[in-house]
Amino acid sequence: MKSVLGDRKAIAILLGPALLVYTLFMLVPVVWSFGYTFVRGNALEGFRFAGLANFTRLFTDPDVIEAFGFTLKYAVLMTVGQVVLGYGLALLYTFVLRRSSAIIRTLVFFPVVVPTVAIAILYQKLFQSAPRDGLVNELLVNVGLSGVDWLGSGNTAFLVIVIMDVWRSMGFYGVLIFAGLLDIPEDIIESARIDGARQWSLFRHIVLPLSLPILFSSIIFSINGTIKVFDSVFALTGGGPGNDTTPLTLYMYRTAFAFSDYGYGSTIALLLTIMCLVVTLFIFRSSRRDVTA
Amino acid sequence: MTTTQAESLSQSENLSRPNPFTSTAPKRRSPFSALRRVPVFLTIAVLLVIEIYPLLWLVMNSLKSSTEFLNTPSWALPQEWRFDNYAIAWETGMLATTIRNSAIATIPSLIMIIILGVAAGFALEVMVFKGRGGVLLLILAGIMIPAQMVLLPLFTIFFQVRLTGSLWPLIIIYTAHGLPLTIFMMATYFRAIPREVFEASTIDGATILRSFWSIGFPMVRNAVLTVALVQFFLIWNDLLIAITFASSRSLNTIQAGLLNFSGEYGATDYGPLFAAICITVGGILVLYLFLNQRIMKGLTAGSVKG
Repeated sequence: MKSVLGDRKAIAILLGPALLVYTLFMLVPVVWSFGYTFVRGNALEGFRFAGLANFTRLFTDPDVIEAFGFTLKYAVLMTVGQVVLGYGLALLYTFVLRRSSAIIRTLVFFPVVVPTVAIAILYQKLFQSAPRDGLVNELLVNVGLSGVDWLGSGNTAFLVIVIMDVWRSMGFYGVLIFAGLLDIPEDIIESARIDGARQWSLFRHIVLPLSLPILFSSIIFSINGTIKVFDSVFALTGGGPGNDTTPLTLYMYRTAFAFSDYGYGSTIALLLTIMCLVVTLFIFRSSRRDVTA
Repeated sequence: MTTTQAESLSQSENLSRPNPFTSTAPKRRSPFSALRRVPVFLTIAVLLVIEIYPLLWLVMNSLKSSTEFLNTPSWALPQEWRFDNYAIAWETGMLATTIRNSAIATIPSLIMIIILGVAAGFALEVMVFKGRGGVLLLILAGIMIPAQMVLLPLFTIFFQVRLTGSLWPLIIIYTAHGLPLTIFMMATYFRAIPREVFEASTIDGATILRSFWSIGFPMVRNAVLTVALVQFFLIWNDLLIAITFASSRSLNTIQAGLLNFSGEYGATDYGPLFAAICITVGGILVLYLFLNQRIMKGLTAGSVKG
């Protein structure tokens, strides 16, 4: 039987094409991109060797530091927002709505599948202040406050990005964590209840510890996605005003295509890749320790 | 309407099944149902307003003229229903072109991803060979790599072979980029099928390729649909690769086209811009209403492991 399942020709036919495409258009470009970090130039004008110039520039570039800071700030805030709200939704689905949660789940999930650009333009209009106030400013004015130029300054623009992305993705985390909560055996909760655990203590001592694995998965997934944020920021603020809302991904894109510097662009991309790698490994290790402890 | 529906449903459930937190009736789990019902319904109502109202606002304003949008409260109903906004959006936004481009880029890559991904998932999970773990790890790493890391070399390649003026780069890159997650998900699904199934079919004289095609593939048919849906939304909603490799107006996909449309007319033609977004969202909504259970299942199944 081993010989049939180990048939080399069959393996080559089944695995070969996928591996070829993956190698040619993913693995080779990764290595190639690493090579670019030692050159200057672009595809149209050609390349020159630049030694370690790109790396020394990377560590002293104030724009990189700012973009790095933005990415980190965004990733942390978004991860907290997504996982906390997602957990809240999941608890609502599991313990309050129960069987009837399907329709709410469906509605809250919908923005996840809508094209980002459509949502970003919608939010631009909801939060606009010129030539006329958008819905948000209208509400503020109506309750006696004054309108805010939301996308006109870095801090408020950041807030709008976070609000939009949380709105867009919380339904996803709700369903993700909901699926995890369904795996908690009912008899554990029941016996805890018989032992006298009530609402808060039941949540604190039974539900929360048992949902830690799914929360850790969600955090890894969330950080990995939010570090790579591009679409929503690009479509909502374009990185502005100035560079105030520019994540590393967008800074890399601009360096490569607006300033035609592939070498430096690749160096920023490398930094981004290393961030993803470090974060994943770090959380993976710490979650392992927590679970086994 | 939906709230009351949910209300009556959970109430009836409450009646038939005693609350576990009242001391007399120990049955269902539910640490929270002892909370007063009012805050719960308030929460749900707020949730629904937050999720749905922006979309209603969008539809309402897609039916107003630009002067009306500029001069009346934006929550007011249109005074004059301007359905021609949709026709204008369709024409000036070149929606037919962008939808066609999105379809041309998405469908072939989806077919390629499924064929290559399912076969590779089968090979990596069911078949036995040296270095299997290494290959799987190599492919897993691909899930983590940001697109920015492969963007520039690919741009150079496609520029050199003069493919940058077509949709080929999108098809190829979407295929390559979609493979890691697909292979990984398919391998997970094949793990659930007992190895004996394939051994039995070989005893009956089938080659392993034939076992894959006539037994393995049909057995994971539902999973294939799920994976295809996940990939469909990832590709359909991609922006970075679309604006990098198909930046000319005639090659724009829906996302890129909407962005350009907003850039060119967004400050003046509000009605048509809102209408264009409505068309984009509406198309997805129809698909979503039919397939939402499977979409949710697929997106979450793929992510927990990713």
